[in-house]
Amino acid sequence: MAEPALSIRGLTKVYGNGFHALKGIDLDVPEGDFFALLGPNGAGKSTTLGIVCSLVQKTAGQVKIYGVDIDRDFAKAKYHLGVVPQEFNFSQFEKVEDIILAQAGYYGLPLRQAKPRCDQLLKDLGLWDKRHGPARMLSGGMKRRLMIARALIHRPRLLILDEPTAGVDIELRRSMWDYMRRINREEGTTIILTTHYLEEAESLCRNIAIINHGVIVRNTSVRDLLTELDTETFLLDLAHPITEVPRVEGFEVEKVDSAQLALSVRKGQRLNDVFTQLSEQDIQVLSMRNRANRLEELFVTMVEGNNAKTQAEQAAQEEAQ
Amino acid sequence: MNPQQILISLWTLVVKEVRRFTRIWPQTLLPPSITMTMYFIIFGNLIGSRIGEMDGISYMAYIVPGLIMMSVITNSYSNVASSFFSNKFQRSVEEMMVSPMPNWVILAGFVLGGMARGLGVGLIVTLVSFFFTDLNIHHPLVTLGVVTMTATLFSIGGFINALLAHKFDDISIVPIFVLTPLTYLGGVFYSINMLPEFWQSVSLANPILYMVNAFRYGILGVSDIPVAGALVAIAIFIVAFFVLALWMLERGKGIRS
Repeated sequence: MAEPALSIRGLTKVYGNGFHALKGIDLDVPEGDFFALLGPNGAGKSTTLGIVCSLVQKTAGQVKIYGVDIDRDFAKAKYHLGVVPQEFNFSQFEKVEDIILAQAGYYGLPLRQAKPRCDQLLKDLGLWDKRHGPARMLSGGMKRRLMIARALIHRPRLLILDEPTAGVDIELRRSMWDYMRRINREEGTTIILTTHYLEEAESLCRNIAIINHGVIVRNTSVRDLLTELDTETFLLDLAHPITEVPRVEGFEVEKVDSAQLALSVRKGQRLNDVFTQLSEQDIQVLSMRNRANRLEELFVTMVEGNNAKTQAEQAAQEEAQ
Repeated sequence: MNPQQILISLWTLVVKEVRRFTRIWPQTLLPPSITMTMYFIIFGNLIGSRIGEMDGISYMAYIVPGLIMMSVITNSYSNVASSFFSNKFQRSVEEMMVSPMPNWVILAGFVLGGMARGLGVGLIVTLVSFFFTDLNIHHPLVTLGVVTMTATLFSIGGFINALLAHKFDDISIVPIFVLTPLTYLGGVFYSINMLPEFWQSVSLANPILYMVNAFRYGILGVSDIPVAGALVAIAIFIVAFFVLALWMLERGKGIRS
């Protein structure tokens, strides 16, 4: 069986102030996967990825990148790794091209190999015209693309993207998605993504892990996770204003405003029944959309459930003391 | 990394460092030249003409080695301290940390960058001094050896300072409150033989005195202290500082949480 791109066992991190950021997590990311690591702020996502990238020191546990234990040969493991962090972490005063070529140099790539690769990445990521300008002159979206180009210069097998599209406009976000899909599909690059846009995770990723309070709450495929969704809420835009909430047999309906209804649909229920009943009451529906992203609904449910469990455990501990 | 890759990564870092301080030359190369010209005019020409000779050498020529050394020390130190701290501040140090580049290469790259600036400024000050006095270098190898070793030592010192610094103020404390006083009291402008016996003994505890005097010996052939001992002491300090800096880097001191 092929080694996973990333294998984590019993990973623990206790910061100097005593905060337990990670409580012995286990995680496997198969080769070629597009994997999402999700969780609320402070859940332990960035700490996990920071340890994998050597930016954070672990307290205990084992991390292997393509079978290479980072405690035994971190340098070898790092060759497989490309990192796009959450914050901009390049010198704002350097030229765009110099930043990418310097990174190639840090990996020991000769200039004759690095330059054509750099040119290609600059073109692919729409930075070609800006290559001789200082990085500080780039827009936020361009800076994010610069970090992606820099992370890919040495052709890593595992790419870690920590909120790569934060603050990026929708059009650019979509083009970045396309690019990430392409390198995952065509070059076989394994991608681990953290994001707050759950639409992004649902659209891009095959597998997903949800982390909260330093513990992996769920680790499954996006498809399996979505089948667990019991209820979806749709917003119906109406052709004419209404004064009273219509009665729809078997469904829960709420009035959002005079021209919009919120409809809860349980798994297995047919939408045709809704439209039939609404038509009978002379209510015309112009359009319909999900109130929230499907994954978002699940995520909120799981995180809230985990928070309640953690609070209950803490309360029990305090009582026992 | 194989030796060729190590060489490429080291070269990349050194070139980047040299590019950095040459790009901002009005802040890095010009001010020491102007300051030292002022020293030559005021201390060497105006005041020096009334002092006459020191250790049988004109006062202007006497202070030249000390002033060159002062420039080398402050520029080597501040180059590495400000550059590495700036990398920490902008988080671009992470570019190096995520790469397979060994820690000793990171340290060596910054130190070589600091040495390049220190020696570069030293050369500029030497060229400026030719407008004020004639210098006949007595011991070229000693001169070159001392100035190179001093630049190395203070570059490593700057690196340690940057690792420990939390804010920009922290990288100016050592140059202002330690290096400058020690340099002024390190026999740049006078021979310690002019001091009372007690202060001569106190002066011998100042490491910069040994560097200035060893350098002066190399250029003028006169020194207040035994030169061989000074060279050995500098070499020991270089090894000790390098080991300390590398240990701190391995432990992630100031750069890893």
